[in-house]
Amino acid sequence: MEISRRTLLGTAAAVSTLPVGRARAQAKPVLKIGVLNDASGPYRDTGGETSLICAKQAVEEFASQANGYTIEVIYGDHQNKPDVGAGLARQWYDRDGVDMILDVPTSSVALAVATVAKEKDKTFVDSGGATADLTGKQCAPSIVHWTYDTYMLAKSTGAATVKAGGKDWFFITADYAFGQQLQRDTTSFITAAGGRVMGAAPYPFPGTTDFSSFLLQAQSSGAKVLGLCNAGGDTVNCIKQAKEFGLTLDIAAMLMFITDVNALGLQVAQGLRLTESFYWDLNDCTRAFTNRVKPKTPNNWPNMSHAGCYAGTLHFLKAVNQIGIAKAKASGTAIVDAMKAMPTDDDCFGHGSIRVDGRTLFPSYLFEVKKPSESKGKWDYYKTVQTTPADQAWRPLAEGGCYFVKS
Amino acid sequence: MLMGFSRAQAAALLVMLVIIAVAPMVAYPVFLMKVLCFALFACAFNLLIGYVGLLSFGHAAYFGMGAYASAYVAKAWGLSAELSILAGGLTGAALGLIFGLIAIRRQGIYFSMITLALAQMAYFFCTQVAFTGGEDGIQQVPRAAVFGLISMQNDMAIYWLVAVVFLAGFFLVHRIVHSPFGQVLKAIRENEPRAISLGYRVDDYKLIAFVLSTAIAGVAGGTKSLVFGIATLSDVTWQASGEVVLTTLLGGLGTIFGPVVGAVIVNTLEFYLSPFGSWVTVTQGVIFVACVMLFRRGVVGEIGAKLKVAL
Repeated sequence: MEISRRTLLGTAAAVSTLPVGRARAQAKPVLKIGVLNDASGPYRDTGGETSLICAKQAVEEFASQANGYTIEVIYGDHQNKPDVGAGLARQWYDRDGVDMILDVPTSSVALAVATVAKEKDKTFVDSGGATADLTGKQCAPSIVHWTYDTYMLAKSTGAATVKAGGKDWFFITADYAFGQQLQRDTTSFITAAGGRVMGAAPYPFPGTTDFSSFLLQAQSSGAKVLGLCNAGGDTVNCIKQAKEFGLTLDIAAMLMFITDVNALGLQVAQGLRLTESFYWDLNDCTRAFTNRVKPKTPNNWPNMSHAGCYAGTLHFLKAVNQIGIAKAKASGTAIVDAMKAMPTDDDCFGHGSIRVDGRTLFPSYLFEVKKPSESKGKWDYYKTVQTTPADQAWRPLAEGGCYFVKS
Repeated sequence: MLMGFSRAQAAALLVMLVIIAVAPMVAYPVFLMKVLCFALFACAFNLLIGYVGLLSFGHAAYFGMGAYASAYVAKAWGLSAELSILAGGLTGAALGLIFGLIAIRRQGIYFSMITLALAQMAYFFCTQVAFTGGEDGIQQVPRAAVFGLISMQNDMAIYWLVAVVFLAGFFLVHRIVHSPFGQVLKAIRENEPRAISLGYRVDDYKLIAFVLSTAIAGVAGGTKSLVFGIATLSDVTWQASGEVVLTTLLGGLGTIFGPVVGAVIVNTLEFYLSPFGSWVTVTQGVIFVACVMLFRRGVVGEIGAKLKVAL
């Protein structure tokens, strides 16, 4: 094909207008949020794309109030590997102009991302990660830990199980930061309540799918309660295999999400007790939120971790509005300071607050999974057993060991 | 002619030096540092497969252990950057000496399988001992200052350190290959019984080459852990061993520049494909097959063959 000079000139003219258009679009600064979680592995359903959808929901609801900036959300897969997560976080903060990283389940990755956030003075709102170290030994002034943590789970599920008579425990534990800490925290509540730990089987994470040998160890240990210090697909596999083996131990799933209950089905999951800080059918506000999000993720309704992504994003945006976009772009600590100064208020967690060490405070709920006959419809899975108020649910500030908390 | 470089190689070297100098102004320095670390790793691997004909299928063990060693001494002992990297190299060499002594007693597939088995043991070791931090890895590794003086906090500062380490390793490999020692290695590659009949103690030569290669791999791993501030199991897995095979094959076995070009291609692919998750491995697989079927000499090897020069 021959190109005439006129076409060439015409194209050149057309191309020359492009940068102008782009420059105009960039006139408003962009506030960037990066959702970072497991998009393909065992934590795909507990985090995954639904977290992104919930973050976008918050952005959508807030967009009209954004004061002089536009908001963009990007998504990344950390594959549950700390080096991948840290590398991506570094690149996002450095090169792609990301102002806040959100979600980050898998404690080992969360801690790696926290290190980068601290180094770069950028905001990190963790919702999916469990380790209480994020607001303890490895705390940083630009980090908020939203939804739950190992201490809160251990206190709610662990103490309640011992109180109900389950005194002799055996643990199956995902052998990394999260599992180890959850086991440690749970053990301290068990022994404090007069129970004892008969043994533990740590397994390599990620990649373990066959738990039979660990289950047999648990069976022969003489324990009465099997504590699962793992999450997501691993918990689902453990419980399924325990049922197949006809394990006689009571199972205490130390971290379980409604998405896992959905994966198991009520027939298998009925009677399990677990702790979450959000359930879609808790009150009018949580139902309203779920109804807004449901059409976008019809097969994976939001669990507490997803809800945390929504609420965390919303609160982050309010804080950015308050201090102004220029200051927000400059310092993650400034944003988080503003987040801590404001009370939190959203449909998922109601009224709450963020403590000086970055810990959000709201009640936690101990749920029991319904029998199939009790469930009235889709995702109608929980009945509330116990509510721990916000001032008792979390680790006391002084016990965390966060370096910038003055005792 | 120039320091043992032929004219074509000298020209290619010049291009590479210019790219290393200019690239950080265009591309993201942290990404470039990753490429350089993996390029050095591939150069080390290429020294064995390309010039001695030994396919070590467990090279990640030395890379990963080097990474752990550097990260550990930098964090726990507070050593300076160059000493930390040196510790990585020494760890690679020490491990290579032990593994090499066992593995070089067998040839071909048996050699590869032994190296793989030993590397898996190293992996298991890393998951079990306390100092590696298990699945968490060694995190919060400081970017220690060079000689305790020159700060490495800035990405560009550490980029130049990585570039220097890479070039030192690159020249070392080139020097080894083009020395009389290297000539003997090539003779072993071509015909081992003949090399023996000529009176060379083949096993000693192989072992020395093996240890040199693992030492450089350890240096590459150590440098990487300082750049990213983290050393994890990913670097010790057999997948990492497989990736270095792919990198070297793709770039060109037995060429000086092949591993470098291979590292650029593989890392760039990973970088741009990472949003698509498992498609990275699928694409790598397709490329591997295409490479073996269509251009067996690798990118640099094919270019060299076209131009009738050794690159």
